[in-house]
Amino acid sequence: MDHSRTSNRPIGSPVERLEDLRFLRGRGEFVDDVSSPGALHAVILRSSVAHGRLRGVDASVARKCPGVRAVITAQDIGEIPVITMRQELLPEFKPYQQPVIAGDKVRYVGEPIAVVVADSTALAEDALEHIALDIEALPPVADRAAARKTDSLLFEETGRNHVITLSAKLGDAAAAFHDAPYTRRERFQVQRFTAVTMEPRGLLAEWDDANGHLTVSGMTKVVFHNRRILAKQMGLAEDAITMIEADVGGGFGVRGEFYPEDFLIPFAARTLKRAVKWIEDRRENLIASNHARDAECELEIACDRDGTIRGLRGHGAADLGAYIRTNGVTAARNTAQVLSGPYRVSNIQFEMALLLTNKTPSGTYRGPGRFEADFFRERLFDMAANDLGIDRVEFRRRNLVAEHEMPWTLPTIQPLDQGGETDNGDYRQTLDRCLKDFGWPEKSALQGKLIDGRRHGIAIGCYLEGGGSGPRENVRMVLERDGTVSLYTGSSSVGQGVETVMAQIAADALDMPMARINRVQHGSTTVVTQGYGSYSSRSIVMGGSAIVQAAGLLKDAIRAAAAKRLQCAPSDIAIDGDNAVGPDRASVALSALAVDGIAADGTYASSKRTYSYGAHAAHVAVDPGTGHVALIDYMAVEDVGRIINPLTLHGQAVGAIVQGLGGALLEHLAYDSAGQFLSGTLADYLLPTASDFPVIRAHAMEERPAPHNPLGAKGAGEGGIIPVGGVIANAIANALGVEPNILPLSPPRVWELMNCK
Amino acid sequence: MKPPPFQYHDPKTLAEAVGLLGTLDNAKLLAGGQSLMPMLNMRFVLPDHVIDLNLVEGMAGIKETDGVLEIGAMTRQRELEFSDLVAAKCPLLHQALMHVGHRQTRNRGTIGGSLCHLDPAAELVTVCMAHDATIAVAGPGGTREIAFADFPAGYLTPAIELNEIVTAIRIPVWPAGHKAAFIEFSRRHGDFAIVSAAALLQIDGGRITRASLTIGGVAVAPVRATEVEQAIVGQAPTSELFAKVCESCRSFEAMADIHASAEYRQHLAVVLARRALEKAADLADNAPWNRAH
Ligand SMILES: Cc1cc2nc3c(=O)[nH]c(=O)nc-3n(C[C@H](O)[C@H](O)[C@H](O)COP(=O)(O)OP(=O)(O)OC[C@H]3O[C@@H](n4cnc5c(N)ncnc54)[C@H](O)[C@@H]3O)c2cc1C
Repeated sequence: MDHSRTSNRPIGSPVERLEDLRFLRGRGEFVDDVSSPGALHAVILRSSVAHGRLRGVDASVARKCPGVRAVITAQDIGEIPVITMRQELLPEFKPYQQPVIAGDKVRYVGEPIAVVVADSTALAEDALEHIALDIEALPPVADRAAARKTDSLLFEETGRNHVITLSAKLGDAAAAFHDAPYTRRERFQVQRFTAVTMEPRGLLAEWDDANGHLTVSGMTKVVFHNRRILAKQMGLAEDAITMIEADVGGGFGVRGEFYPEDFLIPFAARTLKRAVKWIEDRRENLIASNHARDAECELEIACDRDGTIRGLRGHGAADLGAYIRTNGVTAARNTAQVLSGPYRVSNIQFEMALLLTNKTPSGTYRGPGRFEADFFRERLFDMAANDLGIDRVEFRRRNLVAEHEMPWTLPTIQPLDQGGETDNGDYRQTLDRCLKDFGWPEKSALQGKLIDGRRHGIAIGCYLEGGGSGPRENVRMVLERDGTVSLYTGSSSVGQGVETVMAQIAADALDMPMARINRVQHGSTTVVTQGYGSYSSRSIVMGGSAIVQAAGLLKDAIRAAAAKRLQCAPSDIAIDGDNAVGPDRASVALSALAVDGIAADGTYASSKRTYSYGAHAAHVAVDPGTGHVALIDYMAVEDVGRIINPLTLHGQAVGAIVQGLGGALLEHLAYDSAGQFLSGTLADYLLPTASDFPVIRAHAMEERPAPHNPLGAKGAGEGGIIPVGGVIANAIANALGVEPNILPLSPPRVWELMNCK
Repeated sequence: MKPPPFQYHDPKTLAEAVGLLGTLDNAKLLAGGQSLMPMLNMRFVLPDHVIDLNLVEGMAGIKETDGVLEIGAMTRQRELEFSDLVAAKCPLLHQALMHVGHRQTRNRGTIGGSLCHLDPAAELVTVCMAHDATIAVAGPGGTREIAFADFPAGYLTPAIELNEIVTAIRIPVWPAGHKAAFIEFSRRHGDFAIVSAAALLQIDGGRITRASLTIGGVAVAPVRATEVEQAIVGQAPTSELFAKVCESCRSFEAMADIHASAEYRQHLAVVLARRALEKAADLADNAPWNRAH
């Protein structure tokens, strides 16, 4: 790090993850490990037809199969609840929300049709083969072009597959393009791909019939929100449902949203008055969990001759799949809003059409919309710079929003919201630091060179990461009788190290060693009265800030209690970690004070988002014979306002970059023209493995603390993924002199680009 | 992803195994399980009986007699990988093994299982084609041998009867000092190749006196590039020669799937054929694909 650390305070220390020892010893408790003797096992019959009228489901044979306790179909549920949206709900979206089970139609391969509950998963799978379906196949809406037509409709009652068009607006684009000395218009496309968590989803639902109480394990991300949805769907009071967040093996935006199974499994448990477990297998995971990205656009840039950007305009379309899920519109909204990233683009007009097709519904995936927008923009920037004869770096430096211009206003998104504004930052600083650490001047000599049979290319791009979504977060701190402090937070742990960083923040705020903070309790509905969870890079910003507040209140409570014992004013009390010390060194142990019942509730509310930022550079070598792209070097620099833990932050950066590289080069959720899914195993859906991208360097800075929260922290969980697609595509363009405008840049696609040069 | 119900049998002798296979309906043999188990778990195959070959005596081992390497069908890929005999006598097989899956799958996976599964891109299938191997099978009517060129009957389908068991693979070794190169192109390390190339060359007095070139992954089974083989025998090995003659591989009939189009496979056939020959002839430059694995 550049700056010198002036203390050994917990915040900023490279503390190893407290979770890891547990995980590495196999002592993690993931949902499948949660003990529930006698639990029944559920499996789900999913549609193998992309689009069809569901005429009949005959489960009579399956119901008689050995070990089968129930087969639940739409008929058994009665009025079928829909999964309501969590974000960006407009009346226009309502007709497209997903029912928890297919009723009269199936709309994607993988849509739940029936639940089989049996004594074991194997028996349930055996019985599942005996369910007879009568499906009248309808013409599949297999892509955006088909979606724009009305020949085949997913929802006949609305008469359209084109749900709505969002419109991003800033300044006056028409005026900016009028008479512009330079313009260029290009088409770009990002494929359908998604986060693949190491641990697939899973649920354990336990029904206590005597008390009419339901306990659901396996929830995460937005646990309290999910409880609200489920309570309504099941006609239960929220208090009648306990949701438990076990250990979670990866979230990335996909895990923890409300899915059909989140109703079906609890419903099965209540119906059978038994505990029912469902563990998603990998094949299901790839068709049932949210898909993501899948957007295209035509984007035009207008510049002055010196490269000053006048405006951006164009239109795009997102393929949302068959339904609009809980956060199904977020990525498309963001794409429209963050098109200009960290750059000074004062005039923007961009239309984003939301289309439905017969594919798995989509949702947010780390950097939703931002990955897409950055790819579109950074590709176009390199073309513009080349056309204008301006150095690519200079083009960017010239157009980055300068520090004195902040906060910078973002476009409004009609009809959803008013946009907003950025916070603070020195965008050029991260760009310059990235250039230096990457070795840009030296590597520039390699551009387009053929060395040992491979062509080399480099590229750089800048990005902005929006984090810290509101509205609030709650924590509770309790001084225990052994002098330790227990911390309860509404933030969720999805594997990102929440237990560690929250303990650091608490220890720091309480002036206590970390060992005095008990294992952080998170997420579950039992730990706080209302929690808001983990998404949008918000856990540290919101949950961490709430800890700072709670710690202050806890210290006040300790001082008040100690003052009573020591007969002095609370302001005379100092807390030294073990003791409350009053005048004349009279002291009382914290453990002794705990009997007074010392606790504090902290809450932090804010509607102001944080904007961390950075720059990434890549060096690739392309084999012209095969089109294979090897990553030679990758350098990432970001400023996150305040670094709580450099180790976990580095993990976030490198992990996100690898996911970005997967999206740029490998991953593709492929469908055929009949809407059949073709990427149903991890042999077909190509995730990066340990040997694919060995060289990734990441450097984090904290030069510009966030102005709006007490920690000065900005969201830092997503930045790493945002610029990767654009940077890699530009590096390939630089190596080969081609224009790669479609992701992923698989070897065959790169070969085709070389071929039609 | 649980296998369908089936009955499990674990014969101890080949005769017993052949007997079971001949009498049970809808039976499947289980070797290393690295292909069969995933197919069972996904219910792509639904056998009523599974006959486990792992306890059958005498089906594993590597030996050389009269210039022929004889490998028991149940020999693990790992044993082949670490066999000095294989490395010395059949360097092509040794090189190819390093591309077969991962150490974990090679620990269990067998050579017989790989050949019978007959994936179009399986490295061991390509090696057997390159070496004109012979497959020994046992059935109710006794034993017989199948020339490897006749072994593939179609996609994932070996030319053996439902009641036959592959017992051994016989690989005629090339004379000491011959050159071998196995290279492949896959999306990630350990994946099945999209296209692979196996080259065997004998070079005497600066001229190629014998050549074998096989391309895997392009069609349902590996194909011998006989046109190339004929064109280079008698010639001095040069990169220019190889570049010119390997163009003929572009006319191979090729499959298409989500990973690669037919045209791309044909293109890779040309590129990898040339690179394999160059590598075998020690003409390889410093390109990364020619460095030691
Ligand atoms: C992650 C992973 C990666 C892999 N990567 C590769 C790769 O890159 N290249 C590659 O070639 N393979 C790869 N494989 C497949 C692996 O090599 C398998 O071991 C091989 O395909 C099958 O061998 P097996 O011994 O496991 O046979 P099994 O899976 O037990 O059987 C395969 C088939 O052969 C039949 N069979 C087996 N033995 C006999 C016999 N003696 N006579 C008649 N029929 C028989 C079985 O009935 C079955 O139909 C991979 C596998 C995995 C799991």
